[in-house]
Amino acid sequence: MSRRIWRKIKNGIFLALSCVATLIGLACLAAILWTLITHGVSGMSHRLFTEMTPPPGGSGGLLNAIYGSAVMTGVGILIGSPIGVLAGTYLAEYGRGSKLATVVRFINDVLLSAPSIIVGLFIYEILVVRMRHFSAIAGALALAVIAIPVTLRTTEDMLNLVPAGMKDSSAALGAYPWRTTLSVLYPAARSGIVTGLLLAIARISGETAPLLFTALNNQFWSTSLNGPMANLPVVIFQFALSPYKDWQSLAWAGALLITIAILILSIAARILIAYLSPSRGAGR
Amino acid sequence: MAIIDPRHAARQLVYERIFRWATLSAAVLVLLILGGVAISLIYGAWPALAHFGFRFVTREIWNPVTDQYGALGPIFGTVVTSTIAMLLAVPAGFGIALFLTELCPPLLKRPIGVAVELLAAVPSIIFGIWGLFVLAPVLQRHVQPWLIAHVGVLPGVGALFKGPPFGIGILTAGIVLAIMVLPFIAATTRDVFDTVPAMLKESGYGLGATTWEVIWNVVVPHSRVGIVGGIMLGLGRALGETMAVTFVIGNAHRISASLLAPGTTISSAIANEFTEAVGDLYTSSLIALGLLLFLITFAVIAAAQAMLLRLERRGASAA
Repeated sequence: MSRRIWRKIKNGIFLALSCVATLIGLACLAAILWTLITHGVSGMSHRLFTEMTPPPGGSGGLLNAIYGSAVMTGVGILIGSPIGVLAGTYLAEYGRGSKLATVVRFINDVLLSAPSIIVGLFIYEILVVRMRHFSAIAGALALAVIAIPVTLRTTEDMLNLVPAGMKDSSAALGAYPWRTTLSVLYPAARSGIVTGLLLAIARISGETAPLLFTALNNQFWSTSLNGPMANLPVVIFQFALSPYKDWQSLAWAGALLITIAILILSIAARILIAYLSPSRGAGR
Repeated sequence: MAIIDPRHAARQLVYERIFRWATLSAAVLVLLILGGVAISLIYGAWPALAHFGFRFVTREIWNPVTDQYGALGPIFGTVVTSTIAMLLAVPAGFGIALFLTELCPPLLKRPIGVAVELLAAVPSIIFGIWGLFVLAPVLQRHVQPWLIAHVGVLPGVGALFKGPPFGIGILTAGIVLAIMVLPFIAATTRDVFDTVPAMLKESGYGLGATTWEVIWNVVVPHSRVGIVGGIMLGLGRALGETMAVTFVIGNAHRISASLLAPGTTISSAIANEFTEAVGDLYTSSLIALGLLLFLITFAVIAAAQAMLLRLERRGASAA
């Protein structure tokens, strides 16, 4: 009898601990969001979107940083996602089951979790050292390298979910694989591939480490891809660690902006996946 | 039967070759990137490695003035912060996965799952700024004085909690890292738990086992490989995490026994000093740190992937 009670108590203790762990996890998310909102809202104003980053002690906005982040994320996605989608297509279609595909898949998974600062060093070595100066294009390339594994992985997964019957039907009509891929597989996997793109954008728009020594930072308005460019993450890094109240308040506002953008992207991606699931079930 | 236009067929074949070639080269490019990372890091690190030799990884000194560099301090910091992170995040992640798969009411399963995944999406710089301005002051005022007064006086473990409460330091960095890798460990462990066949679990319950006994004696043994894979994936993240650590670690190139003291990690040293590094040897030493980080994380992540792959294959053959 006492053994039974002991087992029940042990069960209760561990289940309670697991509830506590979940509560701690949720509390961390809530605490971070709460801090961002309370600290960030005070810095929110129209000047954030209309003025440049200020000199030390001055006041201003984040316009050049927001623009720089948008440009580098955009260029990074434009370069990285086609490569990721094409490579994912190779893994799911042409290379299915081949040795090369297995190796590429493995290496891609390693790249997916590799530290982003290493990517920054890589681009620094091959681009910044050669060009002898920091540039926005180097930053965009570093982001592209980070975006490739994300899009590759989702593209392959989503193409694998397309029912084999659709592919066979297209082949039976005499279509070559390229035509089947473009006209049947991509449309069928469209929302999945878009999800991958959203996740990739969410991932790279908050990356700081790879931009530190590629795009660097720029206090002024610059649209040249060939020179240093301001960007939100590095501005947040620099301003948050500064002793100036105005800078710190801008850093919080920037942090709030970037987190909202990323959470919206992540939630949109999840909704797309949820929207996709019924068709996935029907396809099997 | 339609008559096939030979020119049309030929053109189709050309497109087919082009498309096939494009996908193949994109796939090969992925391999080239990893190879390029390795080669460029070795190339950049060569001057430092040639100058210091093996001493580079065994010396604690880090002095830009006399141009003497050793990686022991950053390596020590990386290992200790990651260890703290794993000690905290593994049990918590396991608990969250257990809660989500076994205890959670179905209605809450999705929202809580999504919330945990959103925690994973928050960029690392946000964790850094939060850790520096919110977590560090709390630790400095409430947690660290208690640790110093009560644990610091004990023999043995006491050495870990000595010195003034800085707020920032190795311990704080470890805690922030734990919060960051928690969602990764929780999500992979949950996914692995979900692969356990319901019949196995129900057999356990049928024998009269409690929920915990089913988890510990049925679910965990069945998904051991996957859990370890998930933990190592989290470890890979913790080892290479840069911005969050840079904010809260204090950036001191020295090894102290106390967890409350400031320290440095490989990635935070690079992030802090790279753009300010003057002199070829200094820059090269930082790139050599990057090479070390690359080798360590590559080994950990590759082992994790190999384990998860093995689990996937086993799952596929069982289905």
